[in-house]
Amino acid sequence: MDLIVTATSQGLLWGTMALGIFITYRILNLPDMTAEGSFPLGAAVTTQLIINGMDPFLATAVSFVSGMLAGAITGILITKGKVPGLLAGILTMTGLYSINLRIMNRANLSLLGESRVTDIFRSFELPSQFDSIFLGLIIVTVVILLLALFFKTELGQAVIATGDNEKMARAMGITTNRTKILGLMLSNGIIAMSGGLVAQDNGYADISMGIGVIVIGLAAVIIGEVVFGNLSFVNRLICVILGAIIYRLIILLVILLGLNPNDLKLISAILLAICLALPSLRNALQLNFFTRKERMD
Amino acid sequence: MAVSVLSLQRISKTFQRGTANENPVLRDLSLEVNNGDFITIIGGNGSGKSTLLNSIAGNVLVDSGRIKINEDDVTKIKEERRAGRVGRVFQDPLMGTAPRMTVGENLAIALRRGQKRTFKLGTNTKEQAHFKSLLEPLNLGLENRLNTEMGLLSGGQRQSITLLMATMKRPELLLLDEHTAALDPKTAETVLRLTQQLVEKDHLSTLMITHNMQDALTYGNRMIMMNRGKIVVDVSGEEKSRLTVPDVMSLFQKATAGDQLSNEMLFS
Repeated sequence: MDLIVTATSQGLLWGTMALGIFITYRILNLPDMTAEGSFPLGAAVTTQLIINGMDPFLATAVSFVSGMLAGAITGILITKGKVPGLLAGILTMTGLYSINLRIMNRANLSLLGESRVTDIFRSFELPSQFDSIFLGLIIVTVVILLLALFFKTELGQAVIATGDNEKMARAMGITTNRTKILGLMLSNGIIAMSGGLVAQDNGYADISMGIGVIVIGLAAVIIGEVVFGNLSFVNRLICVILGAIIYRLIILLVILLGLNPNDLKLISAILLAICLALPSLRNALQLNFFTRKERMD
Repeated sequence: MAVSVLSLQRISKTFQRGTANENPVLRDLSLEVNNGDFITIIGGNGSGKSTLLNSIAGNVLVDSGRIKINEDDVTKIKEERRAGRVGRVFQDPLMGTAPRMTVGENLAIALRRGQKRTFKLGTNTKEQAHFKSLLEPLNLGLENRLNTEMGLLSGGQRQSITLLMATMKRPELLLLDEHTAALDPKTAETVLRLTQQLVEKDHLSTLMITHNMQDALTYGNRMIMMNRGKIVVDVSGEEKSRLTVPDVMSLFQKATAGDQLSNEMLFS
């Protein structure tokens, strides 16, 4: 039971981040490495602002804006600078490492004794971790609703069309450079905000907390798709969150089995590799099956 | 003198200019398209047909010369800013539609061709009803599949929808780049007939590239033949309607006389 509670609380906060990854990886069709920099950026901004006395909610909102700026830089590199997408993300992410250090002034910044967004639940005297779960549920619901709404607008549809068929989008008069930048800003805004929330949940921001963010986000997206299949847009977003929770559950189980926590990233990577390769593995197996059957005929 | 809907004034385009592979694709090409012209374009591979359409649409910018659409100079204007004036259908049926979006969503995007996208709702029930009425006459059963993802439809269905998308918001020019070449003969004929209907209904000024000489003669009121970046034959009206496929063949032989590339012509 404890396991499920922990997985849910973490999965909800990290799932928000995965929604950001979903926007770039699935909607824009552009794997964006910026996430590894914008996630700790959000954490750094939120933590530093809270320590300096800002309201935690406002600080979290500012982290969203900081992420949007990071996304804009990657977007401009891709569209105006014609830098390949993957490389543009790596450039921004690398630059952000120094910026994050500047913001935090050190490698690790603690929120001990400071106020956090989860404080609003204090008066309810919830059992441990349930404050994070409630917060996560609220955030995830709001983000999914807003995303669903946005992607129903003309602008949102234009972003989807850009990722789905850029040539067609341009022929229809969509300024794909702008829609790409917009999508990247939205994605990294959400990722940075999630970074800010995770930092408040952990009680600290750390310069290295961005490492592996992409893999975690993609794992949530892919697990959601593999488990729940092809669905409508809003359901796909919900599945990303469920995927993030399942991913957390698997990781916690692995640790319970007595594996060294230092191997976690390796396990994450292997897990994602398996999920990514699953469709082609399945095809290969089916193909094998068919050819054998034909031979029998 | 009829009004020119499109005026190409001595346009030239060279790919990989300044390299050993320098490739002049359009050379000093001029063309006046009258309002309501339905022009078929034929010519061998590499004669510059597709580059001509790409230059008009703006995804290729010409090196020199002028391009005017309805008197407005668009020579330096980017593709997405010309999109409001130009409807396009590509050879690849997968190219003109977004596969993960539904039929209805694709059509809604097309209804806003060339418009600024805002935070208004991307589509509404009234529009969808309108789309349904547009799809019904196609007789492809698509009117009940507005919520189907485009990727699940056949090439012919997708190409028919692409045609609708290119014309539903009346374009000043309709550009068709061998839009039936990738379809089976029967589907190709259906799509061509639909093309004819749509063009006639709205009196669209149209340029259609084709590899099929019979189609080039059957459709349109004017035919141009391209060779090595130039227009070598331009026939219209009665003169065109009298032509037969062998006539066109001999015209082509004459136009390409002494041209070593002529034996590479791939007419079907």
